[in-house]
Amino acid sequence: MGTSHTLGEILENRGVSRRAFLKYASYVSALMALPPGAATAMAEGLANARRQSVIWLSFQECTGCTESLTRSFSPTLESLIFDVISLDYHHTLQAASGEAAEKAREAAMLENKGKYVVVVDGSVSTRDGGVYSTISGVSNLEMLRATVKDALAVIAVGTCAAFGGIPKARPNPTGAMAIDELVTDKPVINIPGCPPIPEAMAGVISYLVSFGKLPELDHLRRPKAFFGETIHDRCYRRPFYERGLYAEGFDDEGARQGYCLYKVGCKGPVTYNACATLKWNGGVSFPIQSGHGCIGCSEPDFWDQGGFYRPLSTSLAGLGPALAGAAVAGAALGAGAAWASRRHQQAYVKEQAATEGGEK
Amino acid sequence: MTLLEFARGPALQVSLVIFVAGALWRFVGALMLPWRLIPAQPREGAPSPVMSALKGIFVKMWPHKPFEKAGMFTFVNGYIFHLGLAIVVFLFVPHILFIKGLTGLNWPGLPNSLVYTVGVVTAASLVAGLIHRLRSPVLQLISRGDDYFSWAMTFLPVVTGLLAATHIGARYETLLAAHILSICAFFIWFPFGKLMHAFLFVFSRGMTGIRMGQRGAEL
Repeated sequence: MGTSHTLGEILENRGVSRRAFLKYASYVSALMALPPGAATAMAEGLANARRQSVIWLSFQECTGCTESLTRSFSPTLESLIFDVISLDYHHTLQAASGEAAEKAREAAMLENKGKYVVVVDGSVSTRDGGVYSTISGVSNLEMLRATVKDALAVIAVGTCAAFGGIPKARPNPTGAMAIDELVTDKPVINIPGCPPIPEAMAGVISYLVSFGKLPELDHLRRPKAFFGETIHDRCYRRPFYERGLYAEGFDDEGARQGYCLYKVGCKGPVTYNACATLKWNGGVSFPIQSGHGCIGCSEPDFWDQGGFYRPLSTSLAGLGPALAGAAVAGAALGAGAAWASRRHQQAYVKEQAATEGGEK
Repeated sequence: MTLLEFARGPALQVSLVIFVAGALWRFVGALMLPWRLIPAQPREGAPSPVMSALKGIFVKMWPHKPFEKAGMFTFVNGYIFHLGLAIVVFLFVPHILFIKGLTGLNWPGLPNSLVYTVGVVTAASLVAGLIHRLRSPVLQLISRGDDYFSWAMTFLPVVTGLLAATHIGARYETLLAAHILSICAFFIWFPFGKLMHAFLFVFSRGMTGIRMGQRGAEL
């Protein structure tokens, strides 16, 4: 299917009713907390838009982001998006491989110069010229720069692309970097998560296509509609936190009662994402509902926050040896000071006694 | 490194090292000083040093009759914020987890909403104490920079903790980082200022009791 037809025409040909299309636009508008009139504007924008050319680059990643999107439990919504965008290059989903695949990317770039959207999942290796991750002998860094050069915007999908993710975890052997550290002259939207929520991805693309601009972003370039509140703020276990009822382990009575998971390391209070509201698998559940604390996967460097099972209020630093050394040093200083004081006192008493003896 | 990572990592590490070394330096130094500072023999009929020490510790927990009216606010307000601080510090679950991470000790906490209420009362009591200090001519005369700085070092963690709990003023992780950093400042200042009385007040009161008892003075 070419990019010359509007989405409205394409959907009409596919038998998608206007009512279903409006429902979709309303759903996405509501997801993104847009004002009531925005649903109609989005529907009109989408209907009149041409198929958006998308080039999907996969770098240092595990394909979990793609799996998340393709295995979404709302296929009527997400497949709609994937049917109406022109996904011109995607390692996992495209039929072509090898040189043919790379030629398809180059052709799409040439045909849609300045208008295509680049979606990236995975971080970029930068150490030693980026040799640790290459595609067809081209380093990720080189491919990113070449592809992004004429792009309209870049969407970094997943925490690896948005913040470096697991490849960037200490000691970061490949010199992994996030996309927005490398792309500074194009609009970049981060949709972090390990993996990200499919609806967030669908919503952002719909917004971009229908309004032709970026949605409102936070200081980490994440769409506020999906990353505006913490997991903790919207968690159904929050009342247990306030009441001081916690699970002490994953198999104790507290865990069975569904108490708050703060003590077993939940990072919900400092994690911004929509898991607690949109949930996963068609709204069935999310990690906390399934009994595991939030690991903070949509936050930068979540892998290096001292361990998934250490409570948020504990120190990140290994304190044992440092504190033992400080205790010994402090006690020695104190003893030394007391000894010096005693000597000074004894000398004073002797001096006083000698003076008194002399006077006699 | 984010502000929160800095606060939970190097800031806590450095401040705790200073706190432990400084507190032990002063504590061991004070306890290893000669206990018998008065060379004279005790008066006849003087109570034992232990009894004198206990009297010194407990008698000062309430004002003497002649000073009851004048000193009542200081005593009552002092009890309110000291007990409030003890509840907030030692019975708030995230704080217990922090202490558990350091020492391995664990005990049950109170519901968060109750601790928040105690925190508000504690903050109000600390403000009232400061106003009283600023308005009292006698307290003004005997107050030094240490008193005001120690007050600020105590007040800041309470206020930032309340802000973090209520999410007022900034994003939660920023408020949490500010709270932890204010505690780091508290730890660093603790051994070097009047906050050290938390460890030494029992011994200083006890020693005063022993000296007074030895001289036959009524406490």
